[in-house]
Amino acid sequence: MNLDIDDLRRRATDAVTAAATLEELQALRGELLGKRSALAEAKRGLGALGPDERKQWGQRVNDALRDVESILDARRVELAQAALDAQLRAERLDLTERIGRSRRGHLHLVTQTWELLEDVFVGLGFRVAEGPEIETDWHNFEALNMPPGHPARGMWDTLYVEWGPPGSTVLRTHTSPVQARVMLEHEPPIYIVAPGRVFRRDTADATHMPVFHQIEGLVIDKGITFGDLAGTIQAFTRAYFGGDFDSRLRPSYFPFTEPSAEFDIQRPDGSWLELGGCGMVHPNVLRAVNIDPDEWSGFAFGFGIDRLALMRYGVDDLREFFTNDIRFLEQF
Amino acid sequence: MKVLLSWLREFAPFEGDPVALGNTMSSLGMAVEDLVHVGANLDGIVVARVLELRAHPSADRIQIVDVDRGDGNALQICCGAFNMAVGDLVPLATLGTTMADGRTIERRKLRGEWSNGMLCSARELDLSDDADGIMILDPHLTPGTPLADALGVVHDVLYDLDLTGNRPDALSVAGVARDLAAQLGLPFAIADPVAAERGTPITDRAGVTIVDTDACGRFTARILDNVRIEPSPPHIANRLTLCGMRPINNVVDISNYVMLELGQPNHTFDLHKLANGSTAPGIRVRRARSGERIVTLDDVERELTADDLLICDQDDRPVGIAGVMGGANTEIDDTTTSVLLEMAWFEPGGVAATARRLGLRSEASLRFERGTDYEHLELCARRFAELLAPSGFTLAPGVIDARGQLPRRAPVRVRPAKVNALLGTSLSGAEMRALLEPIGFACTDAAAATDAFDVVVPTFRPDTSTEADVAEEVARHYGYDRIVATVPSAPRSGALTVRQQRRRRVRHLLADLGCTEAMPMPFLAPGDLERAGLDGGGLVITNPLAAEESVLRTSLRPGLLRSIAHNESHRRRGVALFEIGRVYAPGAAGDALPHEHERVSVIMAGRDATAAVDVLAEMCSWTATSFTLEASEPKGLHPTRSALVQIDGVLLGEVGEVHPAVLERYGIAGRAAWLDLDLDGLLDQAAAAVRGYAPVSRFPSSDIDLAFEVDEAVPVDELLSVLRSAGGELLVDLWLFDIFRGAPVAAGRRSLAFTLRLQATDRTLTDDEVAVVRGRCIDAVHGALPARLRA
Repeated sequence: MNLDIDDLRRRATDAVTAAATLEELQALRGELLGKRSALAEAKRGLGALGPDERKQWGQRVNDALRDVESILDARRVELAQAALDAQLRAERLDLTERIGRSRRGHLHLVTQTWELLEDVFVGLGFRVAEGPEIETDWHNFEALNMPPGHPARGMWDTLYVEWGPPGSTVLRTHTSPVQARVMLEHEPPIYIVAPGRVFRRDTADATHMPVFHQIEGLVIDKGITFGDLAGTIQAFTRAYFGGDFDSRLRPSYFPFTEPSAEFDIQRPDGSWLELGGCGMVHPNVLRAVNIDPDEWSGFAFGFGIDRLALMRYGVDDLREFFTNDIRFLEQF
Repeated sequence: MKVLLSWLREFAPFEGDPVALGNTMSSLGMAVEDLVHVGANLDGIVVARVLELRAHPSADRIQIVDVDRGDGNALQICCGAFNMAVGDLVPLATLGTTMADGRTIERRKLRGEWSNGMLCSARELDLSDDADGIMILDPHLTPGTPLADALGVVHDVLYDLDLTGNRPDALSVAGVARDLAAQLGLPFAIADPVAAERGTPITDRAGVTIVDTDACGRFTARILDNVRIEPSPPHIANRLTLCGMRPINNVVDISNYVMLELGQPNHTFDLHKLANGSTAPGIRVRRARSGERIVTLDDVERELTADDLLICDQDDRPVGIAGVMGGANTEIDDTTTSVLLEMAWFEPGGVAATARRLGLRSEASLRFERGTDYEHLELCARRFAELLAPSGFTLAPGVIDARGQLPRRAPVRVRPAKVNALLGTSLSGAEMRALLEPIGFACTDAAAATDAFDVVVPTFRPDTSTEADVAEEVARHYGYDRIVATVPSAPRSGALTVRQQRRRRVRHLLADLGCTEAMPMPFLAPGDLERAGLDGGGLVITNPLAAEESVLRTSLRPGLLRSIAHNESHRRRGVALFEIGRVYAPGAAGDALPHEHERVSVIMAGRDATAAVDVLAEMCSWTATSFTLEASEPKGLHPTRSALVQIDGVLLGEVGEVHPAVLERYGIAGRAAWLDLDLDGLLDQAAAAVRGYAPVSRFPSSDIDLAFEVDEAVPVDELLSVLRSAGGELLVDLWLFDIFRGAPVAAGRRSLAFTLRLQATDRTLTDDEVAVVRGRCIDAVHGALPARLRA
């Protein structure tokens, strides 16, 4: 057979190394290995050879074919990698080149605090109760041991709504009327919290709004004690503020609880913060909703949601909550 | 209320750290708001007389003052104030004195002249805020006297207490001391002074008649003659000042002093003015006639109602409003020589109502409102006489003691087991009694063979009338902080209701969709609803603080529009807000309460109506409900860009754009997309909706694109609906991907291009099957709508 295999291999290697693109390489593959290539022709010519010669040449042609193929493959990998590198370099992107502001909306800070409080109390075994914002005088005051003319009514500056007989309808001054509603509708045992909007006849300033939010708690069960109240307040304090916070109760006065207390929260730095009011549900309140105070006892507590929301982020003016300035709202 | 430690010590021997004492007060429910050391900075300050004033040879703003500090010698001081004259008495800070601000007074030269001390202003001595010149002292003082002695200032601690309405006893120094002494186990006593009497018995000179016995339970009177009106002694004037009352004269000041000390408001009448020429002066206590007038001590004429209680003279002339304020016509003045002293008990509710209506809430009315002690009236009068004694007077023998109706108070039966069950304690009856006796609660054994006992509650604790009230006293003196904290175990797990969870989800979904939650006030001004394009007729607040807050919203729209306007005015355009909140409307006549329900509203500034429909679609998708739009022109919305919304066949709200005229009224530029839904209704529909399940096919899908030229009047929704029903169950998805207007599409029409995705769950669709569906869809559209397939 008249073929210089070594020369062929040498020329193929040179050509493959010289190929600069994948396209050139593809064309070269046809040239070197295609039907009309010298090696293909040599392979076709093997049939005309005698058995010994065929074996000898067959081995050589196949080796050559394999060598050229592997050279081509190696080069292809090389060129593909180079092409990818070039492409990736060309695709460079400035990741800070973004148009537009954040598109997500924001929940109101009061809502966020409200939901967190609900979650904490749900975790402590409470359900969430609701009641109307416009209330009867009976639910807001009378059922809570404040008959008409009771001096303690002066503790709340009340807004009246023109509905029914004069003075019969109020914008609820606290969430406590939900207590009366729940106790009228459900048999004890009762474990509820009632977050909601409340109203006072108050001029808006940094710490007061005529509209704000409270959360009320009520437990009615057999054998509930003042100790249970203290323990529940403590459990809430730890769950909401953190394990390094403490709580205490101080004597106070509310017409609908007896004994009554204020509860304070102690920060890890030792300072105290007045948070809300609480106490054992007054027997008169239980009687007003047809619960026998000799069989059942319970406690109630309440505090402001807005104030906790203020504290969480150190907001210093309550009015910010109600102007709905997006520059404020989108911070939370 | 403000209480001085030195005053408390007149009732019990309180010792130790004043801060710890304050903590004890707080733990008893008398919260210490503030604790101030007073009178501490007068060491080294003496009274000095100005002998001579000379100009400083080399300074205009300083003069040289020679003073006598009590030794008769002239002491040279340089002083920057010019308000004193030769002969004035002034405070001198002697060498070595440390001032309130920390500096020490030393002998030094000012511009070449020696200064041997410093003359002080009241501010520099922490005595008042007066920094205007040197303090000029009472000319009767003696030079050299320590200023603390001269002014009656002693080192003292002033507690400012925040008291609750159920503790009228704590509105007195004696009451605070009693509670505190009981807690600390100290002996407590109120001295009962003896008063020497002389002259004609009071009962021969005057009389008291209580006409309205339900309003005045007791009225005692005493007469003091030969009274000399003069300034109070310094220790009395000083205590009153520290406790926030202005000293006036000895009689008025002692009246106030007795009130602060014993909690008994009282009144002094000039007896001659009261007699008004009559030889038989007297007092009549009666309700006012409607429209009756009296000029009170503050020289204001007050008009009264039939609910107010008057003190009148023998001729029925009003001389005071009972428990609230005396009349100007019988006021004590410098010429007063005889005084009729009133110590009385008035019904609390009546005093409260009168004081509130007249806007005359005073220290006196506050105490009457909360309930005063009707048993200590005579003691209080004797204490008054004791305090006035240094001024000299004669006390007419006897007391007039007129009685009306006093509260009836039954003993309270206390069952220790019940008290323990309420408190979570395990105290014996004896232990409870040991806590109660020191605060004046007299306990006696009740029924034999039980440890129950009866408590006679003292008259100075009108708040206590039930077993629970007594339990609170036990807890207070046992210590709230000693009660062991336990946690009750709820019989059911805590949870939000499904409805509450869904409402939360609506909130979070809206935020996810780019809307921010707003919380406008629910109060509106009259006309706000109309301004927002809505009907008026919101519920009205009877007693609003301002007209702008006098109407309750019937829609969330005015508040959200205002919020958008606020943001636009701060150059924040394109804001999207939502609110979930209650709206209110009059209910049916006879309903106990007006109608109130929760709505959800969304406003998106700078966006057209389709943005609001997108939000609606997301909400329906999430709740597995479906909505239809009903052509309509809702009030205040854009008439051709708005619709009513039905969700699963129930009319629940409106969607579209706010009417441009409304936006203009609010100063909002551009468009504003609007969505408003009845949240209760939405949650009802969500609760009723059943979310089905479509299995996900493993076979390939085929897409067909169809573009139709459609009349502008035909909603896309109708095309979608026709295509959906024609597509049948092989049509698994369908969406609009292009809208085109303009040539070659005729005016008044637009091209709408849809993609239909076809897929079977059990096989790969053949080309023929796809073609059949395609043909069916085109025929259906052509048959149902004025639309034509584009080639």
